Amino acid sequence: MAADAGRLGVLDLQGGVQEHLDHLRRIGVAAQAVKRATELEGLAGLIIPGGESTCLARLLDIFGLSHAISQAYSGGLKLWGTCAGAILLASEITDEPPFLGLIDMAVSRNAFGSQLDSFNRVVEVPAVAVEPVPVTFIRAPKIVRVGAGVRVLLQLDDYIAAAEDEQILVTVFHPELTANLAFHRYFARKCGLTPSDNDAANLDPDWTPQSWMRFAHHS
Amino acid sequence: MTENRYLLNAQLAQMLKGGVIMDVVNVEQAQIAQEAGAVAVMALERVPADIRKQGGVARMSDPGLIRAIKEAVTIPVMAKARIGHFVEAQILQALKIDYIDESEVLTPADEECHIDKTQFAIPFVCGARNLGEAARRIAEGAAMIRTKGEAGTGDVVEAVRHMRTMNREIRQLAGLPSEEIMGFVKANGIPYELALEIKKLGRLPVVNFAAGGIATPADAALMMQLGCDGVFVGSGIFKSADPVRRASAIVKATAFYNDAEKLLDVSMDLGDPMPGQSVASMAGEERLAGRGW
Repeated sequence: MAADAGRLGVLDLQGGVQEHLDHLRRIGVAAQAVKRATELEGLAGLIIPGGESTCLARLLDIFGLSHAISQAYSGGLKLWGTCAGAILLASEITDEPPFLGLIDMAVSRNAFGSQLDSFNRVVEVPAVAVEPVPVTFIRAPKIVRVGAGVRVLLQLDDYIAAAEDEQILVTVFHPELTANLAFHRYFARKCGLTPSDNDAANLDPDWTPQSWMRFAHHS
Repeated sequence: MTENRYLLNAQLAQMLKGGVIMDVVNVEQAQIAQEAGAVAVMALERVPADIRKQGGVARMSDPGLIRAIKEAVTIPVMAKARIGHFVEAQILQALKIDYIDESEVLTPADEECHIDKTQFAIPFVCGARNLGEAARRIAEGAAMIRTKGEAGTGDVVEAVRHMRTMNREIRQLAGLPSEEIMGFVKANGIPYELALEIKKLGRLPVVNFAAGGIATPADAALMMQLGCDGVFVGSGIFKSADPVRRASAIVKATAFYNDAEKLLDVSMDLGDPMPGQSVASMAGEERLAGRGW
């Protein structure tokens, strides 16, 4: 494999881009922000971050990125959608047409209510981590159905919160907003990469809620 | 507000980064804003340009209007409470909108006290003209900051002034030897612990958007290049000749703020911008940014 194949990208149009870049740095994986179709070349995987899905959809459409992502997907690119990213990847969205439609599942947008209904919780996800994982839900969608080829990674109450198929991982919560690195390591391995300190604790004691600012642009 | 709730609120603002928050006065405008790619809408009865023109006391909007807008869109809905009017804030929290803007655009209800935002579960965004003002609002519990700019003018000069001032003061603070910090925080009215955090981070510890006078895609990109995390556009969209095109162009310009080719592309054929009013020509008492401290 080319040296290039060891890189992951984070779609950099709007939303929680820097948070993912910081987590990828923490697991020792080469990563880059992706704003243009040409920047998809050579990536092993792409994270579509949280943000506002309608905004992301508009921006993906106008500069030909959605077409480029679908093509790269056909060529083997792995994808991980968090929150809004999961909505964009779903084949079915309640009451509206799907967008990229690359994974066989139905999502219901903003399914918990307003910001006052955003919450944290600690969950067991045996496929991803041995120890419990803290997860953050912010105006999150719910996965309400998955197709036969899709494996449920986390079922909570009446909805699915994480799932995957061969090429795609989806989480309706935000692992990048916690100190826990388990999902980033999991996705890196899914992309064929070896995160550094693979056996180290998933909870990074050096992480703070401001860690993303390392990647924020400054004037 | 618990520490955990505050973090969730600051993290919602993080998810809005790189986006445009648009003022809307009815359901139709809210849908246009969402369709154009706004990351949130600010629901209000009158945009700042009309508040200016009509005068009188500007208050929290009718909750019925805000609720109608909330039901019409899936993106977050924000609404304004007057500075210090904690009961308007209680009502907006009961309405379960997503963010409250404690805003100088409305007529202040209290000239001494801002709202104690730590008493609420709902997040607040507050305006600031400089580092001290931003730090005081954060200490009161604001989970997001915006420049004040000069709302309703279509003149970006004040937003630029406020952002440059914040950047300059942060650079000053970052470069200070430890024994000079106390004098700096005294002169600027910055809570000491927060000053240490800002010094370490080299920026505000929360998301900071531009607001006040942004009327064109170039204005939005200018504020982004100056280091803002996103932009609010008030009167600039729905007071322009072609709100649909302009809204979409400003969304694109904010995402591609560093790409002159794309900025050129999106700036073409947008029709007339809002007419605007030069801030330099305005008397001191006409300026809204001086409200609050």
